[in-house]
Amino acid sequence: MTGNTNAGAPRTLYDKIFDAHVVDRQEDGTCLLYIDRHLVHEVTSPQAFEGLRMTGRKVRAPERTIAVPDHNVPTTAGRESHIDNLESRIQVEELDRNAREFGVHYYPVTDIRQGIVHIVGPEQGWTLPGMTVVCGDSHTATHGAFGALAHGIGTSEVEHVLATQTLIQKKSKNMKVEITGKLRPGVTAKDITLAVIGKTGTAGGTGYVIEYCGEAIRDLSMEGRMTVCNMAIEGGARAGLIAPDEKTFEYCKGRPHAPKGAAWEAALTWWKTLFTDEGAHFDKVVTIRGEDIAPVVTWGTSPEDVLPITANVPAPEDFQGGKVEAARRSLDYMGLEPGTPLNQIRIDAVFIGSCTNGRIEDLRAAAEILRGRHLAEGVRGMVVPGSGLVRHQAEEEGLDRIFTDAGFEWRLAGCSMCLGMNPDQLAPGERCAATSNRNFEGRMGYKGRTHLMSPVMAAAAGIKGHLTDVREMMAPAETV
Amino acid sequence: MDKFTTLTGIAAPMPLVNIDTDMIIPKQFLKTIHRSGLGKNLFDEMRYDQNGAEIADFVLNQPAWRESQIIVAGDNFGCGSSREHAPWALLDFGIRCVISTSFADIFYNNCFKNGILPIVMPQEVVDVLMDDARKGANARMTVDLENLTVTTSDGQSFPFELDPFRRHCLLNGLDDIGQTMEKSAAIDTFETQMAQSRPWV
Repeated sequence: MTGNTNAGAPRTLYDKIFDAHVVDRQEDGTCLLYIDRHLVHEVTSPQAFEGLRMTGRKVRAPERTIAVPDHNVPTTAGRESHIDNLESRIQVEELDRNAREFGVHYYPVTDIRQGIVHIVGPEQGWTLPGMTVVCGDSHTATHGAFGALAHGIGTSEVEHVLATQTLIQKKSKNMKVEITGKLRPGVTAKDITLAVIGKTGTAGGTGYVIEYCGEAIRDLSMEGRMTVCNMAIEGGARAGLIAPDEKTFEYCKGRPHAPKGAAWEAALTWWKTLFTDEGAHFDKVVTIRGEDIAPVVTWGTSPEDVLPITANVPAPEDFQGGKVEAARRSLDYMGLEPGTPLNQIRIDAVFIGSCTNGRIEDLRAAAEILRGRHLAEGVRGMVVPGSGLVRHQAEEEGLDRIFTDAGFEWRLAGCSMCLGMNPDQLAPGERCAATSNRNFEGRMGYKGRTHLMSPVMAAAAGIKGHLTDVREMMAPAETV
Repeated sequence: MDKFTTLTGIAAPMPLVNIDTDMIIPKQFLKTIHRSGLGKNLFDEMRYDQNGAEIADFVLNQPAWRESQIIVAGDNFGCGSSREHAPWALLDFGIRCVISTSFADIFYNNCFKNGILPIVMPQEVVDVLMDDARKGANARMTVDLENLTVTTSDGQSFPFELDPFRRHCLLNGLDDIGQTMEKSAAIDTFETQMAQSRPWV
């Protein structure tokens, strides 16, 4: 295939996908990479479409471009007809206008298939193994769960992809993250991905594409794999990948935009070659034993501030270099005293949703903990399904009733509180157990305090009114 | 895009590690459909209190650094989201260069699309530059992209490395899309081949 410089040498999964998409390679290694799927949302695209208009350019491949509003949309009823916030409304209307004018695939808020772009893509079969997938959103890494090379881009690059269906890229380095053996009960995909970031730091993956592998990764469902890859970016990596297998193929089969018949068979033949060859070189290797991972939570304002729920809030002096001051600032922002047991930290809110944990399996897991139980007094809870179809499926299974009986609000699909661009926000000082991906200052609302964790841990915290070890609430033989 | 050749200006010291894109430009300012006008909200929640008044001890509010064109920052600057609003806000404020030990990948890329030069330096050099930046308005740092050097106000010069293609584009203010459009024949060929080899895409 074009641009494959060392055919025959053992290659990683990343090498193979990259090589298969090289349109042009300059002498210095700068490549033009073909993009198979371009996902677009309302926040990072208006300036890109405007750029096309100003230069008289077209969208080169509208059939490979998929637009859906998600960041700004309210998650309450009535949003189909009116969005109160003027600026949000303008962005959603701009996307509507751009999608129609440039003729790209489009799921407006009136469509049950609307949802968070990274949930809609896989759900509709747009995301398939071996593809290159980009979006003006850092959590594009999610799609790596399919063995697709997927990463976030800025708005200038969105415009570049719209105009040329390619991206100027240099090859990243290869990093392997292996999770060996089995996970213990109560430990989920979210705990894996947070534990990895806790070990490598938020810059540990900078300059790399991660391939996650090992028995514990193989054992995950597609939903779980998406959770793991979703947060590759929080570890600093450009993308996270998992080699496709029977679970991947089974998930893709029959999806609206997946190939059918002979095309499916042809695709499958190629997809089965998408694995890292024996002896391929990794520039960095991290190995964690699955059984060593406990349910974890974050205590600070960086996703690397991860500890097992059984630990205590650390002190700034526990760190070195610039992290000492960062930890001091985090503890002050989070209103936490060093030495406090994490499982005594009281919360005001629970948020279940986001592109990290807004899929049906996440809702099922949280509902299982909440069944027959209720949020602690004074704690508010919000469940925001990742898409209209996830919401519908959950309602078919009666999960919505479990959530509402437990005192949660049952919302419409969108990014919601994860980044608080719509009205779903924390009040200053409010503390939230969240299944989202970033605990940055102000992320979920001005002066809001975020503790990241898995859906079952967030559900358990809601019931107790403080961070807690979900394993204490599970029947002895129960596994999640 | 403006060319970047040589810049002599005030450098603001921001030693905090992991300065994320939410800090650089909080989400409420992502609702714009324009690229310009974000400078006043750069570092908004660090720079202003809840009533919109300036927080006096924040570096860019202090008289010595209000006109900064360079930031010397702690590790992993620009981590977090892909929002290009972060470099747009920096540029709109007047920042043309950020120096750190490391940058988050997407932010690093986005800088080059906007004529901002991110420079990676080893910790010991960042430490020297940070001290120089702390001197304030009378101390000017010089960044020379042609010769790939950063020179402190007292004349200490440090070399840095940069991808030659990125350097070329920045020096000449080249537009990526225009350059790629010149390769459209290669893209056509790739698409024709792909219709055979991966028709399901």
